[in-house]
Amino acid sequence: MEEKMLLEVLSHRGGAEVVRIDDELIQAPLVGPIAAGSPAADLFGCDVVMLRGLSHYRQSALARLVEAWGLPVVNPAAVVDVCGDKFRTTLALAAAGVPTPQARVAFTVEGALAAIEELGYPCVIKPTIGSWGRLVARVNDRDAAEAVLEHKVQLGGSMHKVIYLQAYIDKPGRDLRAFVVGGQTAAVIGRRSEHWITNTARGARAERVEISVELAAICAQASAAVGGGALAVDLLESGDGLLVNELNSTMEFRNSVTPTGVDIPSLLVDHALSLATGN
Amino acid sequence: MATDISIAVAECPECGGHLGVPRGTVVGEILACGECLAELEVSSLAPIAVALAPEVEEDWGE
Repeated sequence: MEEKMLLEVLSHRGGAEVVRIDDELIQAPLVGPIAAGSPAADLFGCDVVMLRGLSHYRQSALARLVEAWGLPVVNPAAVVDVCGDKFRTTLALAAAGVPTPQARVAFTVEGALAAIEELGYPCVIKPTIGSWGRLVARVNDRDAAEAVLEHKVQLGGSMHKVIYLQAYIDKPGRDLRAFVVGGQTAAVIGRRSEHWITNTARGARAERVEISVELAAICAQASAAVGGGALAVDLLESGDGLLVNELNSTMEFRNSVTPTGVDIPSLLVDHALSLATGN
Repeated sequence: MATDISIAVAECPECGGHLGVPRGTVVGEILACGECLAELEVSSLAPIAVALAPEVEEDWGE
């Protein structure tokens, strides 16, 4: 849906030739020239690349590949890598002094249980890489923590051996999603749900939220902390103020254009085209 | 390339039912079968063809 919206915007931009490339078709040499006539050659011939795939690992590799070719990309590999990994995101936010929930990392069930004792119950266990609220668990007591952690370590892949734990933040029935392009906050929605997981992919309803000076400032700071670009910044309204929870480098906005009245796909296109022309 | 016809009809590979493909549909778009609710990916526009959409992978998302 987002891609159709972007293509619709681009279809009205005179002078912008769009090449849609299915990333499943890309295979490219890492050394030496690229054969003409291949999907990789089509990609190589672009002035700017906008990555809209769903796979974090694939997007990370593609971003790095096109950067090696000297092409600008939305978003840069460094940004994709940090935003796509919650462990790295928290480290980047903390290093930049961006308010964010307390979090800890552990590598064994025992270590994670000790970390949760430090954070307190309820606590949130998240995969470092993942989206849409998938495999996110709020554990209310030690019994639940032991069960979830044992399942995670035994049944999960190697990614689950890095255990990310986050303090649970009591929020007012919603979280906030800010659309930040080039450090500027263009639109904000509240994602309201009866459930504590408030992704719109999980049924949360979007409502327009005013962009306060404080919110714009924290989003600019968070954006800079992860390397900038076109980002969706997720924030929590806590008793201690706004906290940046996560950032997303391949923003979804289909449910946000109407409630905010902001032409988000046009902003993305403007951003990409500005990279192509160097402006 | 979006389809030029108003409505095309595709056959669901899961249940054999028929689903309308709206004008403006593009290759790669996800549609739901109205009969069995299977998620289907448009693999071709001419002729119209759909395939079962791939399962969500662990690293998929924003």
